Formats: sequence, C-alpha cells, structure tokens
Amino acid sequence: MDLISDRGRRVSVDELNTSVLLAHATQQARARKYEDMVIVDCDAHHYENENFGEILPYMENEVFKHLALASRQKGRGSVAPTGFGYQDMGGRVTRYPLRSSEKTEKGAVRDVQLGHRWMDAMGVDYSCLFPTGMLNIGLHPQKEMEFELCWAYARWVCEKVLPESGGRLYTMLSLPFGDPEGSLRMVEKFGDVKGVGGFMVTSVREKMAVYDNCYMKLYRAIEERGLALAFHSGPNWNSNTFQSCNRFISAHALGFSWFNILHCTNWVVNGMGERFPKMPVLWIEAGLAWVPFLMQKLDHEYLLRPSECPVLKKKPSDYMRDMFYSSQPMEIQDMDALQTTFRMINAETQLLYASDYPHWDFDLPSTIYDLPFLTEKAKHNILGGTAARLFNLPPRNDTQRANLIKHGNFNKHVPAPV
Amino acid sequence: MAAERFVCKSSEFKDGERQIIRIGEKEIGVFKHEGEYFAYSNYCLHQGGPACEGLTIARVEERLREDKTSMGLSFSATDMNFVCPWHGYEYDMRTGEHIADRTIRLRKYKVLEKGDEVYVVV
Repeated sequence: MDLISDRGRRVSVDELNTSVLLAHATQQARARKYEDMVIVDCDAHHYENENFGEILPYMENEVFKHLALASRQKGRGSVAPTGFGYQDMGGRVTRYPLRSSEKTEKGAVRDVQLGHRWMDAMGVDYSCLFPTGMLNIGLHPQKEMEFELCWAYARWVCEKVLPESGGRLYTMLSLPFGDPEGSLRMVEKFGDVKGVGGFMVTSVREKMAVYDNCYMKLYRAIEERGLALAFHSGPNWNSNTFQSCNRFISAHALGFSWFNILHCTNWVVNGMGERFPKMPVLWIEAGLAWVPFLMQKLDHEYLLRPSECPVLKKKPSDYMRDMFYSSQPMEIQDMDALQTTFRMINAETQLLYASDYPHWDFDLPSTIYDLPFLTEKAKHNILGGTAARLFNLPPRNDTQRANLIKHGNFNKHVPAPV
Repeated sequence: MAAERFVCKSSEFKDGERQIIRIGEKEIGVFKHEGEYFAYSNYCLHQGGPACEGLTIARVEERLREDKTSMGLSFSATDMNFVCPWHGYEYDMRTGEHIADRTIRLRKYKVLEKGDEVYVVV
C-alpha cells in the first residue's frame, strides 16, 4: 500500500507485520537473554474502538445501548469522547496508518494475536492491557454513558480477550469514576475475575476529587481484594490549561505530566496513603521526570503548611515513595538526573517497566536493561520481578523461577502457567 | 578490511527508493536520492529501530521574517530526511545526522557505482 509523504508524494510500503517491524527488538531480546528473566509490561494498549461492534452489545441500559449502536452507522457521530492530535506524526510512525493492513488469523481475537506478536518480539512475558480511546472516558459529560461504556468494555475484555491470551495478558479495568457507585459495582463484579489485577482511573479529567468521601467504599473494596489501583495519564489538547499550546508536542509533553501531577498531589495531601496503606497505587504513562519535582515541591510546602494536611504522618515524598511508577516514556537524556530520579523513587522496589506499545513513544525493555547504574537485582525487579509479585504472575521457565526466588519476587502460591 | 558488497543494478534502483542489505548481523540502508547514493546503518541511535525503513520526507521549516514574525510551517524545497518508523527519529538524508541534534549521527557507508552495478563498502 502507499503512504503519503510530503506534497502528496506516495511511498510504497509492504503491509504491516509487527514481527517484522520489531525484528531489531527480537535481536535485542536474544542478545540480552531476556528469556531468563520475567519481563512484565505494565502498560500496553490496544485499539478497542476497532472492536466496538462486539463491545457495545454488552451495554446494560437498553436506551444507552440503542444510542451507542445507532451511532455506529456512518455519519452519525461518536459515542465516546475522542482526543485529537498527531500521534502518528503525519505517517512518520508507520504502524499507525498501516495498522489495518496487518493480517491475523480468523476465529481468534485479533488484539490477542497482535499482543502476542509484539510481546514475543520484545521478549515480554506478560502485558497489562489497557484501552486507547477510552482513556478519554473521563471527558464524557454523561456519567450514565461513562458507566455503560466501561461496563461493556470490562465484560468484553473479561469474557473474550483475557481467556484467549493464555494467561499472558492481564488488565486493570477502566473505572467510570464519574459514577462512584457504578465504580464500586464494577469492582464487585469483576474484581475476582482471573486476569484482573486491579482497576484504572484515567487521570485525563478536568475535575476529579480523588479524596471525596464518595470514593472511600471503592478504595476499600479494591484494598480488601488485594488488588491495585492505577491512575493512567494522557493528553487533552482541548483542556483550558493547554489552549495556548500551538504544537502537539507541547500539549502532549505537558498533558501526560500535568494530569498525574494534579491527581497525585490531591491523593497525597489528603492522606490517601495513610487511609489505604495496603492498596498498591500506580501512576502510569507520565514518565518519571515529574516525580522528583512534585516530591520537592510538596515537601517544601508541607513543612510550611502542615495544618492543611493533618492526616499525614510523614512527608509527602515518603508517601510518594510508597507508590509505584511505570517507566515509560522514560526521560533518558540526562543520565545523572535519571539516576537521581531512580534514587528518589526507590526504583529498585517501586518502578515498573512499561512499553506503551503500540503507541508512538513506546519503550523497549532495553531502556531499563542497558542503564549503566542499575544493579542486577534492580534490573530484574524493574523489568518484571516487582510486577510479578504485585500481580501474582508466575515464571514461565525454570531460570525465570530461580531469578524470581533470588531477588525475592517468587510467590509459591501462584500456580504455574498452563 | 573494507569489502565491497553488491547492492543492486543501478538501472533497477529508482530515484526516491531504498534497498536494505544484510551482511551477517549488520544491516545497511542504501538510498537513491536525486541521483546520488547514501548508505547508513539501519539501527536507529534511539532504541535500535530500523532507521532506514520508514518514510522519506522533506524537512519541515519555519521561516522568520526580519521582524521575527513567523511565516508558518512549510516543507523544504531542498532538504530531505528519512525517518525511523518506530518513534520518528528524523535523519538528514545527506549526512545521517539527527536533524535536531547533529551529534547523533548514523554510521555512514561509502557507495560505489561500477558500470550498472551499485556497491556499498563495508
């Protein structure tokens, strides 16, 4: 097929084949012997909108289901909020325009097949599967539709996708956070499903009071089940905050950091870590550079204004060090600054490798493996050991098992993979 | 010791196209651009992607008037880049340098044309 380059010039390219596109990643995996270590990608994606034909019928409310299904017909609008921007850089990141050309086997879930292809190519054992477009669900003006879409997506993932993945895909289901009772219902319905490691709140929201009393039952339900809560960031160029950004790079770079900074601040100063100390909390896809900034900023102001945060029993940065951070997109330009960041977040126990594949700024496992300042234990933990412990993921071979034991990440109660 | 490796016949190498040749573990991308040949390592200096296998696209420019006001974005009439398809690292066709940081430079290989045959020197 043809890709359009500058001034309409056409560039002929073959159809997309993920295994071929990622052949160099496979070379890296072999050279570094990734098969000897459990590698967990704690943030990978699929394009759930391409499966709406299967997902929307799972909606519960007949009126909202009718609205959603009717919108599927051409020219009748969109049922879910969509972001805008240029993730594919005008076709420079070729897997975007070529995605539909990739062939998969009929009769099996396409997204599972594609997932396994990139995981195998990169040397990834397990991936936490997140949606793409639904990261904007927090921008939907109707809490009823927000619930219906999250519910339908959760049913489809739990009933169709996870069972076909051979245990290699797990998920943290998107919560309809605008509907606290609906969110709690989702935890009660899906919290015990195999492959559900926790729940995700998209932090792309203009107004979200993570500290509101209406959410305490929800957090308790997650904590009681031994599950994790993730806040997944994203950009929103439509936000009033970013209306003066005239380039996508600006709205993208700031947006991912900003939404996690905003909600992490509220989480910390309201003492949520004090209230739910056993619930692992993850901050996903904002990179890492924002974390040292926020630690220093909040510690500084906390010592001046502790009366505004009376629930806290230690500094904000101490609570932030109790939480977990996904690595991607890791800002690797200044190695000394990155090393300082790793020290400040206790990366050896709190950092989780993430690829974000197939999105444009994905990171390979080598971004962690090749860091010159990491100990062997830190590499094993960050690339997968810590996530294996958090999400009860078993080793896939004897060497992986030995390495999990060696670095204190082996859980003997987790059954071996089928 | 340098060796010449056959790429293809020059009569079959159309302008604007590229060939990827593999020599053991090494991969080299050979471009034909405006009648000239350019050859670079096919391993992107970012995360190792297939640097020479993506789009070729004119450099984007933003010209400023004398009073420093912008004339907006436009494609260069002269400068061509090639782009790593993994993440969009964009390299200058004539030098193999990253267009935003000239210290990031792909290994460049000499290309020879002998009669109707194109060779890369490795």
